[in-house]
Amino acid sequence: MRSRIPALVSIAVVAAVISSLPFVLSDYNVSLVTQVGIFFIAVLGLDILTGYTGQISIGHGAFMCIGGYTTAVMSRDHNTNLIVTMLMAFAICFVVGLLVGLPALRLSGAYLALVTFALAVSVPLLPLKWSSFLGGRNGVQTSQTVSNLWVYVVAWTASAILFVLAWLILRGRVGRAFRAVRDSEIAAVASGIELPVYKTLAFGISAAYAGVAGSLFVLANNGFAAPDEFAIFLSLQILIGAAVAGLGSLWGVLVGAAFVGLLPSVSSGVPVIGSAHGQDVVFGAAVILVMLVLPDGVAGLIARLRGMTRA
Amino acid sequence: MATAESSRLESLRNRGAALGGGGGTPIVIVILVGVAIFLLVGSLRSVTFAQLTVQGLALGAVYGSLALALVLVYRATRVVNFAQGELAMLTTYIAYQLIKWGLSYWEAFFATLAIALVLGIVLELALIRPVLHRSVIAAVIVTVGLFVLIDGVVNWIWGGDFKFMPSPFGTKIYHVGGVSIARLYVGMFVVVIISVLLVWALFRFTKLGLGMRAAALRPAEAAFVGVRVEWMLAIGWGLAALLGAVAGLMAEPSQFTLEPTLMQPILVYAFAAAVLGGLDSPAGAVIGGLLIGVSLNLVVQYGHIGPLKITSELQTPAAFAVIVAVLLFKPSGLFGHQEVRRV
Amino acid sequence: MTALLELEDVEARYGPVHVLHGVSLAVDEGSVVAVLGPNGAGKTTTLRAVSGMVRRSGNIQFAGRALGRLGPDGVARLGIAHVPEGRGTFSELTVWENLRLGAYTRRGSIQPELERVFAYFPWLSERKRQQAGTLSGGEQQMLALARAFVHRPRLLLLDEPSLGLAPVLVAELFRIVRELNEKEGLTVLVVEQNAQLALQAAEAGYVLEAGRVALSGTSAELRADDSVRRSYLGY
Repeated sequence: MRSRIPALVSIAVVAAVISSLPFVLSDYNVSLVTQVGIFFIAVLGLDILTGYTGQISIGHGAFMCIGGYTTAVMSRDHNTNLIVTMLMAFAICFVVGLLVGLPALRLSGAYLALVTFALAVSVPLLPLKWSSFLGGRNGVQTSQTVSNLWVYVVAWTASAILFVLAWLILRGRVGRAFRAVRDSEIAAVASGIELPVYKTLAFGISAAYAGVAGSLFVLANNGFAAPDEFAIFLSLQILIGAAVAGLGSLWGVLVGAAFVGLLPSVSSGVPVIGSAHGQDVVFGAAVILVMLVLPDGVAGLIARLRGMTRA
Repeated sequence: MATAESSRLESLRNRGAALGGGGGTPIVIVILVGVAIFLLVGSLRSVTFAQLTVQGLALGAVYGSLALALVLVYRATRVVNFAQGELAMLTTYIAYQLIKWGLSYWEAFFATLAIALVLGIVLELALIRPVLHRSVIAAVIVTVGLFVLIDGVVNWIWGGDFKFMPSPFGTKIYHVGGVSIARLYVGMFVVVIISVLLVWALFRFTKLGLGMRAAALRPAEAAFVGVRVEWMLAIGWGLAALLGAVAGLMAEPSQFTLEPTLMQPILVYAFAAAVLGGLDSPAGAVIGGLLIGVSLNLVVQYGHIGPLKITSELQTPAAFAVIVAVLLFKPSGLFGHQEVRRV
Repeated sequence: MTALLELEDVEARYGPVHVLHGVSLAVDEGSVVAVLGPNGAGKTTTLRAVSGMVRRSGNIQFAGRALGRLGPDGVARLGIAHVPEGRGTFSELTVWENLRLGAYTRRGSIQPELERVFAYFPWLSERKRQQAGTLSGGEQQMLALARAFVHRPRLLLLDEPSLGLAPVLVAELFRIVRELNEKEGLTVLVVEQNAQLALQAAEAGYVLEAGRVALSGTSAELRADDSVRRSYLGY
């Protein structure tokens, strides 16, 4: 999401590929690509937060949880149109994100990581407490379910819309402010940027994105929302997706989302590694390798490659 | 009776204050003394209270040990090691395996400590040092990856079922003035405290410890006097892994069975303890651990907030609430100095 | 007398910014040499180049051995003690611990070293348990010097020792430096803003300007030089 016009060609290519996939892939594989789309949105949101204002969050699974439950509860109780519930999830999580972002202002680095970690573990426990309203351990079911194809189309359409939205935000004044904050808080303050406003705003936006991803997550899960679906691992996946993605590249976010969305299913096909625990080993090892070898993520790799071809 | 416990608490606090560099303000000391008196009085008045306090102190020592590991790593490298608990769990499984292969408990115990030391050093050199140059956040992500990796490896190698590990303390129960004190709890407490004191002594009295402190405080100036700063940080990680191993081995007897999620709740309590004590205060970590251990026990038994009863399921969220509350209202904790906010 | 320390065409930079553009100097064993020059000339950087703290190219030889890529800790182990600008004392540690760190690279008992140090800085032995950060500025500077000396180095690198010190203390400091040089044979390379003091204490000097050696010679020669007199000595 550089401030120059993004390569329309690459966008067109991606759009074309995504549109044609349902025609060539099996239903199961389509649902896998849907997962990638869902993580695309979540990773994009986290990228905005970490990449652009340098605030770390290991808690975005909590926002997905809130968004997912919004969709499930509104559908169950009021039979709300599912798309409308997604918009509601966006709005609610935006507000919650602002609320989290405000106290987060006082924390940095490792401390913020700890707090968001606490958030990620605690929020999914809330439905257990208010089980009458939020379904407890048994979860909440939407009043209607949708086909895999429906979720696929909606997920990727939402991805496209949110991507454009992100691009618009980041190229404008807000984006410049974000970048200023990341590069040097002291300089940003000196040039009159209201630090708290922008840092909190970034939290709100990234939470809203995660909320939409959560809605889609629930819909892709047969409309079922339950605490176990939103365990800490989800937050880790989003974080790792953002780390792999790096900063400022559409391809990066795609690769990051594909990495976390597909790795579990891909590695289950490989013998020995196939067990659930083997997947964990692969996942953990892969994360560490990526951090060691590609600290700037795929985006950094692309930038370096571009630099090489130019020279 | 409980007098023994609380006087041990006090002597620890005195030594702890020296270790923490006197970071505790008078108010904090007063509060802690108040807590000790409260525990003493409660124990004298109620047998249940005394038993819970004893158990709480034993568990709290374990939390404190892991918290101290977290603080060591943080002081050395400014990294919050999310994998500290899983590392402790791994070393406990290694001890289990050594025992299965024929070693006696205590042989396995010390062998495991040595293995943990080496493991910690190797991890820091191989995985953290290369990444630390870029940013602390990248190193934190590596520890997250390590968390997942170790969890997977342990499940893969040993399976997720419950394993039985012999307890070194037996099932003997002492009866002191009407209070039943399991030898288990005394043993846990003593082993952990001895380990902590030995590590403390290393830092306080040896040249190596001084070098490590210097490297953590002012790496540039430490280099000037010839301290191999990178090595010192690695040894810090090694000692942290060693303390984690002690925590894991001592946590296990209290659960009686060994399984992969052993350390996960304990990590949460350790985080709470470390944050409560101040992420850069070793004494704070230990004292925080004891406080958390005792209060969690007592609150589960006696705690009511209006109609809300704090059941044992709410222990983990309660610990989280502590973390969040401390970080928001007094980020440097009880004994810490570190400036937590940016700019 | 052979040169204990020799710099040949040393260039140094902080990231993309080049600060030294080819500095050559030599410090004979047993002598005190001053490095003078205006702010930003690269005086501190020269010392840092010797300690391996900055990216540098060119040849630096210490006691006939090339320093290559050694970092500060490696350089310290060779017998070079560097007292940086701002003293480099550990404020959080006690006086005794600071001194103990000075002798970090020495094996075995350091009692004789400590006693020697206390002979030069008697007041330090009374303050052993005091936290170094609670000492006054001048005392901390003395502590830094004492710590360097406990190291028993062959070469002492002193960076702006007079900065922020009252004149009386500065004079005392230089007196001790001279004494260490005369009695213990300590070779000293001192970077100083205060040219007057530096040339009094030193036998020879180099004047750096914009990252290059503009002038060099014995103290007497430098003191007599017109440009030096005008720019740095004030008359």
